[in-house]
Amino acid sequence: MIALATEVPPGDVERLRAQFPALCRRVNGHLLAYLDNAASAQQPAAVIDAIADYSRNHHSNVHRGVHTLSQEATALYEGARGKVRGFINAASEREIIFVRGTTEAINLVANTLGRTRLQPGDEIVISWLEHHANIVPWQLLCEQTGARLRVVPIDRRGVVDFDAYRALLGPRTKIVSLAHVSNALGTVLPIGEFIAEARDRGIATVVDGAQAVPHQRIDVQALGCDFYAFSGHKMYGPTGIGVLYGREAVLATLPPWQGGGDMILTVSFERTTYNSLPWRFEAGTPNIAGAVGLGAAIDWLAEVGMERIAAHEAELLAYATARLLTIPGLTIIGTAPDKASLVSFTVDGIHPHDLGTVLDAEGVAVRTGHHCAMPVMEFFDLPATARTSFALYNTRAEIEQLHAALTRAIGMLR
Amino acid sequence: MDLADLYRDVIVDHNRNPRNRGRLPQPSHSAEGNNPLCGDQLRVTLEVSDGVLRDIRCEGRGCAISTASASLMSEAVKGHSLAEVAGLFGQVHQMLTSHDAVPGPDLGKLAALSGVREFPARVKCASLCWHTLNAALAGDAAPVSTE
Repeated sequence: MIALATEVPPGDVERLRAQFPALCRRVNGHLLAYLDNAASAQQPAAVIDAIADYSRNHHSNVHRGVHTLSQEATALYEGARGKVRGFINAASEREIIFVRGTTEAINLVANTLGRTRLQPGDEIVISWLEHHANIVPWQLLCEQTGARLRVVPIDRRGVVDFDAYRALLGPRTKIVSLAHVSNALGTVLPIGEFIAEARDRGIATVVDGAQAVPHQRIDVQALGCDFYAFSGHKMYGPTGIGVLYGREAVLATLPPWQGGGDMILTVSFERTTYNSLPWRFEAGTPNIAGAVGLGAAIDWLAEVGMERIAAHEAELLAYATARLLTIPGLTIIGTAPDKASLVSFTVDGIHPHDLGTVLDAEGVAVRTGHHCAMPVMEFFDLPATARTSFALYNTRAEIEQLHAALTRAIGMLR
Repeated sequence: MDLADLYRDVIVDHNRNPRNRGRLPQPSHSAEGNNPLCGDQLRVTLEVSDGVLRDIRCEGRGCAISTASASLMSEAVKGHSLAEVAGLFGQVHQMLTSHDAVPGPDLGKLAALSGVREFPARVKCASLCWHTLNAALAGDAAPVSTE
């Protein structure tokens, strides 16, 4: 067992847990062991309260009225943008675009950068690990432009083949779009190295950071990517709000995507002029409450400390891996040396869906299915896996609860 | 919510040892069914003549509920007229979806699936084989999907 000097003491975790109302409830007569954080993490009271405070006291439309509530709503909304900038160390708030989530962020890039830069025969490079949200927007773009999608292979551990990636980059490669962390397997890519290879060749780089942002400090300037996308609900914030970071030099060259509302300066029937960055990409009244909640989540994360989170999650990953491997017939899918705090697995003779139902009856929430990464499942010739994914508030006791529930499932079904 | 009500002995048995497993070499009817949520895939092949379902095989991969349901279905429909099969489908559908339905005597062992309705996420697992059977009888070329 890895014992880290920075490990969060148990009492400390209990104090943090107490801030999450959902973690205090019972499910099917058991204490809830919430181990589906890679899908959505729970929200601390600080986030819930910030959203409620906005809704109770400041709710109004942004960038519009001269009245007090509108000014307060605008200040809260733009304040959240400032928090996001600091959180990922973007150079400017003009580079922070609020979107519904990672999926919308990638679609935005595909529909702006993609449609203006691609010619028939050009190539977009992704990896075998991608979530469907980082596959399908590019497939749609390929259909529209005649570009081709190229896929970097992975090995049996779930590691993306860096040499194959380098070999795939050619004169026709215009966009590279990669997951920073695989949602299905947990593989962490050395994303900086992947970005550097593409940048050296003048290729635009997009990073799906949905699974990375909750677990490690992200510095988009250090990474050097052109775009970095992530979602609020995986980082202790609400659903329906996410962020597209875009390097200003690139964003400034892009046409708008959706039209209407905030993205406009002036409209006449002859000509419309567009707003400046970042609002040019925020058509319509935005998810103000969501942005406020995301801002609160960022404050909360800053208070806890990303290094502390990473250390605790690394300890949970090591503990869970060791404990799960004691279960006869259990196979861990995804064994990359650098993994985020999640374990995908199968149990001989029991379908993941049956595991999921038995675990739920024991109060243990895991994800079962293809994790919106069907090519990954295909690669391992599996219809589905069960996936347990950890957050700051998870404990060894919950991993023991998972272990006991799996043992019960095997007793019942095998 | 009682797991023992879902994974009854009959279901566990039919999952471990599915009946009428495989594929008929020259079926008169055949269809494929998918449950995208679970990744379940099922192929149902039939031998139908003179309005009677004379033989059936089910092949695929799926969870315990889906595997057991296909196995139980294959036993229940084999040798029955298409009218009787349609009647059974109606009763199974009723049992899986309606809360107060009491499984009728015709259902026999299929009644073991009545616990599934307490687990809404799993109803599709139990109904996939029946929808696939219907598609095969209707001569549908496109695979059926539970989504």
